[in-house]
Amino acid sequence: MINGVKGVMLILTFLALGEVVSHFIYNFIPGNVIGMVLLFMALQFKVVNPHSVEYISLFLVRNMALFFVPAGVGLMVSYRLLGEHWLSITLATVLSTFLVIATVGHIQQKFGKK
Amino acid sequence: MREIICSEPFILALVLCSYYVGLRIERATRLSFANPLLIALIIIIPTLCLLDIDYPTFERGSHFINFLLGPSVVALGFTLHRQIDLIKGNVMAILCAIFAGSVVGIVSVIIICRLLGAPQEVITSLQPKSVTTPIALGISANTGGIVSLTAITVVICGILGSVAGPAMLKVLRIRNKIAKGLALGAAAHGIGTSRAMQMGPVEGAFGGMAIGLMGVITAILVPIIMKIIESLGI
Repeated sequence: MINGVKGVMLILTFLALGEVVSHFIYNFIPGNVIGMVLLFMALQFKVVNPHSVEYISLFLVRNMALFFVPAGVGLMVSYRLLGEHWLSITLATVLSTFLVIATVGHIQQKFGKK
Repeated sequence: MREIICSEPFILALVLCSYYVGLRIERATRLSFANPLLIALIIIIPTLCLLDIDYPTFERGSHFINFLLGPSVVALGFTLHRQIDLIKGNVMAILCAIFAGSVVGIVSVIIICRLLGAPQEVITSLQPKSVTTPIALGISANTGGIVSLTAITVVICGILGSVAGPAMLKVLRIRNKIAKGLALGAAAHGIGTSRAMQMGPVEGAFGGMAIGLMGVITAILVPIIMKIIESLGI
């Protein structure tokens, strides 16, 4: 029980710390991404015991797609913004996404270590 | 009755039930297009229209789920920690891959939009489309884009990467787990990463890493690429 609370506490604390750092760098990098880096470093330097955040972390990352549902539903009102340029926006998005996946995937597959 | 269907418990239950149906359909069909997020949207949006619930009401009701996005990105730090052995020795390859991906992402948007005759503010709004929302909005605002247009293209790009991404990886014959995760995270930020996480812990962890790197590198590159294009007078 106490460990469950500890995990939630740690994740929220790192998120809050990330938000603070983000504020001081003029939000150049968002707080949650900084929180991710800070948690990674804290685990790496053994400031935080991995076991204490394991359960909550796995719960959060395995259900990440669910947390995007509200943002996705936002499309029902914002699709009108696409306006007269919807065709160029759609084509640019589809082709560019494909090209980014191809570039990143192939370079990593070719030059990275397995 | 009206009050009840607009209340938080009702809306949260609607979101969870729809997503659960999505998960069951995905598990039953094993098709990459049967994506739980997409199925949830296909169920929720018509339901809201049918019950005449407007988006601000839905947004208020589902705020708790939206909030969990922040903690889940932080939690990616834990999955990265678990993959430390794979990160070591791959740092240079990862940086090169994301750098090239960022350049290709920005330049391809510029070329396609120019060919189709889209105005400059549409181009500047679309340049950061592969980047996680908060960074993308910042890039768009700083370069004269339409921030609300950026916000929607980021979500569309994410859903596209999550639904069609696995098929694209197959066509491109990308089989390496690290490469798959990086590619999905780089092209489709958090939504792509959530999909990578369903493929496995290695894919998911590197998706998380790609969100951060792609965001920062793109934020630095967009103004530089715009300056280069301007000075070349193209």
